[in-house]
Amino acid sequence: MIAIVDYGAGNLVSVKKALDWLDQDCAITSDPSTVAKASKIVLPGVGHFAATVALARSGLQDAIAGAIGRGVPFLGICVGMQWMFERSQESPETPGLAVFPGECERFPAKVKSPHVGWNQLEVDESSRLFHDVSASPFVYFTHSFRVPVGKATTACCDYGGSFSAAVEQDDLFGVQFHPEKSGEIGLKLLANFCTL
Amino acid sequence: MLTKRIIACLDVDNGRVVKGVQFLNLQDAGDPAALAKAHSESGADEIVLLDISAAHQRRATLLDTVRRAAAQLFIPFTVGGGIRTLEEAVAVFSAGADKISVNSAALADPTVITRIAARFGSQAVVVAIDAKRRPDLLHWEAFSHGGRTSSDRDAVEWAREAESRGAGEILLTSMDRDGTALGFDCELTRTVADAVRIPVIASGGAGGAQHFVDVFGEGHADAALAASIFHYGFSRIADLKQELGSQGIPVRWPC
Repeated sequence: MIAIVDYGAGNLVSVKKALDWLDQDCAITSDPSTVAKASKIVLPGVGHFAATVALARSGLQDAIAGAIGRGVPFLGICVGMQWMFERSQESPETPGLAVFPGECERFPAKVKSPHVGWNQLEVDESSRLFHDVSASPFVYFTHSFRVPVGKATTACCDYGGSFSAAVEQDDLFGVQFHPEKSGEIGLKLLANFCTL
Repeated sequence: MLTKRIIACLDVDNGRVVKGVQFLNLQDAGDPAALAKAHSESGADEIVLLDISAAHQRRATLLDTVRRAAAQLFIPFTVGGGIRTLEEAVAVFSAGADKISVNSAALADPTVITRIAARFGSQAVVVAIDAKRRPDLLHWEAFSHGGRTSSDRDAVEWAREAESRGAGEILLTSMDRDGTALGFDCELTRTVADAVRIPVIASGGAGGAQHFVDVFGEGHADAALAASIFHYGFSRIADLKQELGSQGIPVRWPC
């Protein structure tokens, strides 16, 4: 069963709907013991980075960290990806999971923020998540903070300079865009994650 | 590069799309769910469903319509029309909408913007502004209730306030151009787009590809919305996008 982690922020219906469409056994849950037993974990995130503090308080963070330690595949979406890093300028006092080093930062003032709409990626061909997807697909973004390009970056996007659109390391995956809202390409990515 | 979005709008009355449609191979051209899917497949970057039903009919049909449309839609899906409270917004989100659009309710009580944004994030709140040029021709007034009621508020000021209260996007309809096919009101669009930092979706007046070129260039729009042109003017939104691409407008392609 794929656990879609609910920490009380935002709308998880779209992610559930996409996994249902792919015929996956999945459930939205806020229960740490359900997350601990899941075969895969998806953490959708919308809204403010500070809201992720609920993950630590509810025991969900420990369940996620434990599962990751056992090699359970994990996918963070949007703020869910940002939470995989150490911290964010959006809420410096809120620690992230820190499975990746670095800090989420603001967009430079020269571009409108939030970054909303379809933008094009440059994908590293070694990515497992992007297996069988074109090298420069369009995907749907909506976010105000971003992860700088680093060692784990597998897809870059340019908006006021290049940033990490996707990160990947072993069975840890993060996407800044919304695969559940990115048409056929997004469904293909989710299908790739589901068949890991 | 961030692309300019082409948004297909479905005006729905009591569960049926009201503007005539001419999609080929569509068994039921009045079914919002079937049309939303057809638009998505023909290249729309986003779907907006506006419920124009009378209030007493709305509750019964809207959620079912949203649920059926959302089940097979994997691009952003905005729902608007008569959403007045956080509770109503919650129901529409639960039915599968990604964003909700508020107009009259926000004019009546702007705190509704903040309340919905606090729960679902600013990216999920679109403030729709129906703007009509004032007699001085230099300003625009925001109207509520489907353009029937004057709010006596300046549309540009209202857009700024909506942004400060937590709106994630502005859906800006020119009442002067709506339904005319004479082109978007680029002056209105540019004035609002330059006054806020959030994306502005231009609406009202689309009649041909050049109108989109104009509103993305001269009008500084981030996205453009149309309804009937996608039913009559172009058999496929992809054809419009191809034309825009050839004129140097960045669009999602192939779509």
